[in-house]
Amino acid sequence: MGFVSLEDVSLRYGGPEGLFALRNASLSVEQGQFAAVVGPSGCGKSSLMKLVTGLLPATAGVVSVAGKAVDGPLKIAGMAFQNPTLLPWRDTLSNTILPLEIVEPHRSRLRQHKAEYVDRAKRLLASVGLAGFEDKQPWMLSGGMQQRASLCRALIHDPQLLMLDEPFAALDAFTREELWAVLQDLWLTRRFTCIQVTHDLREAAFLADVIFVMSARPGRVIATYKVEIPRPRTLENTFEPVFVDLIRAIRDDIARERGEARVA
Amino acid sequence: MTTRGRRRLERAMPWLVFSGLLLLWQAVVMIFQIRNFILPSPIAIFEAFLQYRDPIIAHALFTFTNTVLGFGIGIVVGGFLGIVIGSSRLAYSGLYPLLIGVNSVPKAAVVPILVLWMGIGQPPAITTAFLLCFFPIAVNVATGLATVEPELEDVLRSLGASRLDILRKVGLPRSLPYFFASLKVAITLAFVGTVISETLASNDGIGYLMLQASSQFRVPLMFAGLTVIAIMGIATYVLFALIERRFTGWATRRQHDGTGGG
Ligand SMILES: Nc1ncnc2c1ncn2[C@@H]1O[C@H](COP(=O)(O)OP(=O)(O)O)[C@@H](O)[C@H]1O
Ligand SMILES: [Mg+2]
Repeated sequence: MGFVSLEDVSLRYGGPEGLFALRNASLSVEQGQFAAVVGPSGCGKSSLMKLVTGLLPATAGVVSVAGKAVDGPLKIAGMAFQNPTLLPWRDTLSNTILPLEIVEPHRSRLRQHKAEYVDRAKRLLASVGLAGFEDKQPWMLSGGMQQRASLCRALIHDPQLLMLDEPFAALDAFTREELWAVLQDLWLTRRFTCIQVTHDLREAAFLADVIFVMSARPGRVIATYKVEIPRPRTLENTFEPVFVDLIRAIRDDIARERGEARVA
Repeated sequence: MTTRGRRRLERAMPWLVFSGLLLLWQAVVMIFQIRNFILPSPIAIFEAFLQYRDPIIAHALFTFTNTVLGFGIGIVVGGFLGIVIGSSRLAYSGLYPLLIGVNSVPKAAVVPILVLWMGIGQPPAITTAFLLCFFPIAVNVATGLATVEPELEDVLRSLGASRLDILRKVGLPRSLPYFFASLKVAITLAFVGTVISETLASNDGIGYLMLQASSQFRVPLMFAGLTVIAIMGIATYVLFALIERRFTGWATRRQHDGTGGG
């Protein structure tokens, strides 16, 4: 069994009469693996993230993380979303430190070991290219920089699991590709397990070891692709035939799904 | 005109308009020889103020004290209700309709009941001030809490944050600008409440003074009382507007929001 695993998981919103968002979805992600989840919009990708992090209980099936069935919020996961949700009254540094004020053992150590943690946050910010922006308020940062800070906030407590829900969807194409490289570097140095939801197939193929393709609602995993391209990957890789063929294959899967959903 | 000159003019505009109105008022009263007991001129009002300075100030202090006390209770109760309503859906659905109901009762109609329970003077004045001013505070604090982004809540909950953690780290700071914005409105309403109650049931306060003056046709004195209460209202409004700007600058500076680009 993988580090993160879903076995025949279903999720229904709105009680027994409600609609299924997920139906018999199964997947497994190994420890230290980078997984991408792609699928038509409304197929239950965000719902899947909430199931894995324990923010929502499954209606049926078993979700487990690190060998244990999930039965409440995980307490160890880092998360980032399309909206960077930085707190406007805090500067970039103290936005990054926020999780340390919540997660033990940091929470009780923070006051006495402030300098150590500030140093840690500064190094993390520097590693994503935000050195010198520590004391800037979020509104002074560009969208891409805000998203970098949001990644730092998700990783400051060294989580074993990072969950990303379309983190780069609101950025322009160039910024987005820059951030692929930033995220890949973070992952290569820290090797957390990562699950990223995206609707950008190039992004999925660039970043992931394994790509799960989901059906239209109610969502389940209809195909799994392994991406064997060696790392570190560069934008050059995205023009190679393996890469292009992979994307075409996934695209066909999704197009077929959408077509069937329309006929049904 | 230069930009600097223009900005200076913009700053001076309220004072220019105000002085212009006073001059016009004085002129109208003088030209049409309007009698003092119909509409006193600004100068006559000022003279009345000088003449009755001591009683006016004593009554004004009484009104001010009651207003501040009612306002203080309003902050505590309104803030507490706002937090409860804003952080629990159950409390929201239970309490919000009740609050709306309480708020739509005309407060002047409540004063006689308060008098029955508390007697006249200070107690009903403080209570009426409180009743008028807690509602906007509660609603604003609740709104601030309700606008916390659900994604941010997810980020914190997946770190194991308790509801109290989320309230302390995100909810309360987020609702501060709403809270301060409501204080400006609430202090003004508290003055209204005090004066209503003093007019109906009191032997002290600006409301009482004006009622007395009115029954004796001392119209310049009435206007002097009105002016004093207006000045107090404006001064406290400005004070809270300044406090708001001081503590929640981040909320008004968001227009420089960066977008796009690396
Ligand atoms: N809180 C909710 N209550 C009811 N239905 C919901 C809720 N959240 C999502 N849904 C529905 O569940 C389906 C899956 O949503 P979501 O997981 O957000 O999809 P995705 O992220 O893939 O676009 C959608 O059809 C959506 O309308
Ligand atoms: Mg989604």
